[in-house]
Amino acid sequence: MDGYGMQNQIACIRRSLFDQGYLDEQFIQLEELQDDANPNFVQEIVTLFYTDSTRLIQNIELTLNSRPINFSKLDDYMHQFKGSSSSIGAKKVTSECAVFRQYCAAGNAEAYISSLLPYIYTD
Amino acid sequence: MAASETKFHVLAVDDTLIDRKLIEKLLKTSSYQVTAVDSGTKALEFLGLDNNDHQDVEVNLIITDYCMPGMTGYDLLRKIKESSSFKDIPVVIMSSDNIPSRINRCLEGGAEEFFLKPVQLSDVNKLRPHLMKRTQTNVNKRKAMDEIVSPDRTRARYNELEVN
Repeated sequence: MDGYGMQNQIACIRRSLFDQGYLDEQFIQLEELQDDANPNFVQEIVTLFYTDSTRLIQNIELTLNSRPINFSKLDDYMHQFKGSSSSIGAKKVTSECAVFRQYCAAGNAEAYISSLLPYIYTD
Repeated sequence: MAASETKFHVLAVDDTLIDRKLIEKLLKTSSYQVTAVDSGTKALEFLGLDNNDHQDVEVNLIITDYCMPGMTGYDLLRKIKESSSFKDIPVVIMSSDNIPSRINRCLEGGAEEFFLKPVQLSDVNKLRPHLMKRTQTNVNKRKAMDEIVSPDRTRARYNELEVN
């Protein structure tokens, strides 16, 4: 595939992420901050997000597997997750976190965690 | 130290790495010099507040996250406003939670602004007036300092102290 074809494909994927509500205008803010002084800014922040998310999800899983479930710890992790996802413009993840926190408040966390796992495997 | 083209120096405080990187970039893009630390304790250390209230570095504005383990942004705000050396430094608080009582508490506690996260360039643009307001005060302070340390008066004022 030639360079132009690849670029086109990337542009389409990027657009669909916005159209499907995975990304919001905060991501555009990140793109606008990227410049010659920091040419890999977006990549760096997103990489940090993936590392952070993996760690948070591991912690969430551990907390869910312990008895009794420490809901305040869970809420703390979700607060962090919601914070970092909103900082990079990961719109869908942010709203899922918000819903999950409501479940936490109601003491019904378990049923919801599995719906979050697919997000960390999306490129 | 020549102050010909000095940039304003902002101290950013946030326990989250992503948000720290983000605020740092936002501030640098707006031509501020930035120091980013990950806790209120480190912020106080950097300012020299824990070291008998002596100002080690020149900081023109402090922007801090609210939710931090140990010392919250509010705690940091109060410590700064209660210190004689630093109470005039403008403090801005950031938070991902939109809680009116929290916002009011911070503003009443002396914060100049309260930003909701995620912070954007438009928010950072709001900082300049707070910095410009202080500039005149700083200029006056610096003039007073210059008078004290000027060569002709040094001997008279500082005979017991060692002068370089």
